[in-house]
Amino acid sequence: MSSVRLTRGSGLGLGVALLWFSLLVLIPLAAVVATAAAGGWDGFWQAVTNEQTAAAIRLTVGTALLVTVVNVVMGTLIAWVLVRDRFPGQRALEVLIDVPFALPTIVAGLVLLSLYGPDSPLGLDVANTRAAVFLAFLFVTLPFVVRTVQPVLAELDREVEEAAASLGASRLATFRRIILPALAPAIAAGAALSFARGVSEYGSLVLLSGNLPLRTEVTSVRILSSIENDNLGNAAAVATVLLAISFAVIVALDVIQRRVGRRG
Amino acid sequence: MSIEVTGVSKRFGDFVALQDVSVSIPSGQLTALLGPSGGGKSTLLRIIAGLEYADAGTVGIEGLDATALPARKRGVGFVFQHYAAFKHLTVRRNIAFGLEIRKRPKDEIRRRVDELLALVHLEQFAERLPAQLSGGQRQRMALARALAVEPKVLLLDEPFGALDAKVRKELREWLRRLHDEVHVTTVFVTHDQEEALEVADEIVVVNEGRVEQIGTPDQLYDEPANDFVMRFLGPVTQLGDLLVRPHDVALSPGADDPDAVAGRVARVVRVGFEVRVEVSTGEQVVLATLTRTEFLRLGVGVGATVSVRVVPGAPVVAVPGSVVRSGLEVPAR
Repeated sequence: MSSVRLTRGSGLGLGVALLWFSLLVLIPLAAVVATAAAGGWDGFWQAVTNEQTAAAIRLTVGTALLVTVVNVVMGTLIAWVLVRDRFPGQRALEVLIDVPFALPTIVAGLVLLSLYGPDSPLGLDVANTRAAVFLAFLFVTLPFVVRTVQPVLAELDREVEEAAASLGASRLATFRRIILPALAPAIAAGAALSFARGVSEYGSLVLLSGNLPLRTEVTSVRILSSIENDNLGNAAAVATVLLAISFAVIVALDVIQRRVGRRG
Repeated sequence: MSIEVTGVSKRFGDFVALQDVSVSIPSGQLTALLGPSGGGKSTLLRIIAGLEYADAGTVGIEGLDATALPARKRGVGFVFQHYAAFKHLTVRRNIAFGLEIRKRPKDEIRRRVDELLALVHLEQFAERLPAQLSGGQRQRMALARALAVEPKVLLLDEPFGALDAKVRKELREWLRRLHDEVHVTTVFVTHDQEEALEVADEIVVVNEGRVEQIGTPDQLYDEPANDFVMRFLGPVTQLGDLLVRPHDVALSPGADDPDAVAGRVARVVRVGFEVRVEVSTGEQVVLATLTRTEFLRLGVGVGATVSVRVVPGAPVVAVPGSVVRSGLEVPAR
């Protein structure tokens, strides 16, 4: 430790940052884990292996992963179109991209219900199905990958692509070996945000999914009903599992991102 | 002829970048495209490389019509002003890129890259990332990367433009020696006339989308086709209606030379080995540069009367729109 010397200013800055982070993140997280642990290992295990809870976790995490994969592809594509192409209505689309993110989620839920619910003007009724959960996740997570990739793509040096072309690389090879490695950190960051948002989603799907136990009930709904039934230990146990999964996903994304970034 | 550009025109919106340009570039030579910024020389180079397409005209490379070929099929190496390094790849992988795309065997790639690393003196930097290299080293890496695929022609767009003066000078001497070793047909773009005169076998002067003159450095300097070439290739001064190089202006004391113009020395500035004398002839100020020895032999100071004339045989160009006055000798070529 003796080799690391902080000046008074940076020491103060680090102190404030740590205090802030502790108050807002570390202490509440520790409290959740502590509450989950209060019931002992058996209590925890029983809570998370409960048929209904396990189904909710599987549905939530599975759908969030699937949605993240879709976002990685579609988000990169949309960012590409926004940065590289010029078309009428581009500015409008640019602004509209953020709408799913800016909209209060319950409003998003209402929009989805009126469009894809029992009275759907399109004749598409996905109410009370898992497709409703998927759709709601897709809707609210759309902007994340687009918004993280867009600035990085805009900053990319076009000459690098021209250099690859003059060396004989096709458009596809240039994308895979030159552009993708440069975008990988941004895509990974967007994917992490998208997954986290999916796992925690509540407002946009409660109206459309019907919250049917074992079928369309997601973890956030499950946690809420545990609390309403005064079973704080159960809620904390589910929260702890989600916390662990989210952490694992973020670490995995970082590893993938580093691999892709170095490959080329 | 290695590169045959015929009747090429290119517009960007309202801006005319090239206007009916035809150039033949011989095989195995080092050719400079020289001209001021925005004159169209980079556009011409990019059209030869296939990074830009001409609105009209054709481009032939080694006898093959390349006008519609995409860049990746033209067999050209391109070096950019700002290196265009693949930032996530090591120096070795950067140089190997073109060979990997061509799916050459691994050991062949390794051998070829080792050769190139030695050629550009970057052996000990093979495993570094481009960000860990200096500008000059990055540009040498970019050159090795372009040479790796054994291009038919090597095109360099202001290759030393982003480097500081000292490295720039070193690198252009090095490029000349490298070219004498490798002998690949090379075209480089520059706005620096000294760089072009020093390095190139042949110079194409491009201005406002047109070719002003094509020739060897000597031809361009000694027989400029027009006032633009004359002005662009070195310092000029005006005597009567003629443009002349200041070092081709001769001074003699007194006003008794009937073939010369009389004037008064207005200012004398000494810069190192060179003395710059400004002579006022009444209607204009003529600049003459002399060596210190010549100036001392002349033995005049500010206010003295001198005769000014052009050294016989020196290149002169009439200022456009003017009629050469009688009484002032136009030296024969």
